[in-house]
Amino acid sequence: MTTSFRRRDYRPAALAWASLILVFCLVEALIRTGVLSVYVVPLPSSIVAAIPRVVAEESIGRRLLLTGGEALGASVLLIVVGTGLGILLYRSRLVRAATENWIAAFAAAPLILAYPLFLVIFGRNALTIVMLGFLAGLAPMILKTVEGLSIVRRSLLNVGRSFNLSEWDLFWKIHFPAAVPTIFTGIRLSLIFALINIFGLEFLINFGGLGQLINELAERYDLPGTYVAIGFVILVSVCFFIVIERLERWLRPGG
Amino acid sequence: MRQVGAQLRDVTRQGTANFALEIKDLLMQFETPQGPVVAVDRMSVGVEQGRFVSIIGPSGCGKSTVFNIVGGLLRGYQGDVTVAGTRMDGPHKDIGMVFQEESTFPWRTVIDNVVFPLEVSGVPRAERYDRARSFIRMVGLEGFEQRFPAELSGGMRQRVAIARTLAFEPKILLMDEPFAALDEQTRLLLGDHILKIQQELRQTTVLITHNITEAVQLSDKIVIMTYRPGRLKRVLDIDLPRPRTSEVVGSPEFGAYVAEIWKDLREEASRGMQDAEARSRSS
Repeated sequence: MTTSFRRRDYRPAALAWASLILVFCLVEALIRTGVLSVYVVPLPSSIVAAIPRVVAEESIGRRLLLTGGEALGASVLLIVVGTGLGILLYRSRLVRAATENWIAAFAAAPLILAYPLFLVIFGRNALTIVMLGFLAGLAPMILKTVEGLSIVRRSLLNVGRSFNLSEWDLFWKIHFPAAVPTIFTGIRLSLIFALINIFGLEFLINFGGLGQLINELAERYDLPGTYVAIGFVILVSVCFFIVIERLERWLRPGG
Repeated sequence: MRQVGAQLRDVTRQGTANFALEIKDLLMQFETPQGPVVAVDRMSVGVEQGRFVSIIGPSGCGKSTVFNIVGGLLRGYQGDVTVAGTRMDGPHKDIGMVFQEESTFPWRTVIDNVVFPLEVSGVPRAERYDRARSFIRMVGLEGFEQRFPAELSGGMRQRVAIARTLAFEPKILLMDEPFAALDEQTRLLLGDHILKIQQELRQTTVLITHNITEAVQLSDKIVIMTYRPGRLKRVLDIDLPRPRTSEVVGSPEFGAYVAEIWKDLREEASRGMQDAEARSRSS
């Protein structure tokens, strides 16, 4: 039992990579047989071949740093402000009852359409992108924090009370760790909203990072390069999700 | 076996005894939209030092209300609940509680769960881990110290919860149907663990249960409650030999006690069932 529990299972990762390679081969075959147009989807082999060129000629490192920095800024703001507001809302029933529906409605708002307003307020710079990303992800972060704290099993809290814990200790030693899985679902969800808006706004205002690169390459009709840039966008997302997963495991070991 | 039918007592007359826990004229009433509901009505019970007492009754008789009041989680009661002469008003260091529901912390390993009460009360690190190890040994979980609760069975998790409460070193161990979610065989075997611990520590223990065999297997005394409102129906001394194991369930005396208790409980359980059916019809 011990070994089967602790041994790392590489099969899911192997299956994921094999599936990806299979899809690449399938698309390659469909294009080469004329089923798909090469003017819509470039050959996967040409995308792979374009990677060194894009990396060398398009300042990928600087762009990754810029987009990654914007995403990191938005994430930190989301975690700190979103969790904080969620805790406040959880503790104040009146405020929660008064605002919960509004926050839920705010989550569905297409905030990116308000980007001209953000440009007026913050200017055409990274701060605008960070703030839009942050605000786009804020509502799910708050809602999931409230949900996480609300669904903690009463028996866990009663254990703390039976040990005569102070309110502070009860919250930070039991209530919050017990809510961590749901709060991290909120972080993941809000990160999706934030990243979509960050890449989208970079594309829209033609500023800075990977979003701008996609815009530029698409305008040059460099389809393989565009797909390489999209690949880097996915890479940034994957990196963020890996970091979030590690953070969750560190904060809340044991599943 | 003694004539158990003759053991009905007026426990209020036990007031002069040196009780570790004494419940006197306990009355608990809840306000509901349909009006006030009396959950526990003038109940009096005394638990002597080092004894194992079970409180048994049908579902809805107020057993868990008594558990929460004695544990200090429920206030606003009338009457007196005293531990070593001190009136209970909120959680108390002398009472350790084991809950019916899953209550181990999933993010802590077995040893870190058991260490928890020592950690929050500021016991030095090395000492608290030493003490935790001894309680883990006591509940038979040696070798599982670094496992997380998700890697354990339901019975093992309840043993972790018991070890964690014992590490708090309470004067009274208060348990609310800790084995309710487990199958009968596991329940009997865990009963052996409880008996061993109780015999080893001479721990005053109060068990809330609706399981008659569990109550007879473990107890020195059984308090039978009526169905709503929860009143004391009868107190029964269990005169089975100690040290005791689960093998006792095969003895004729054991069977006689079970039958005797069921005779009292059957009427109460039937009332509970009829009440539930009536409520279902009217809703």
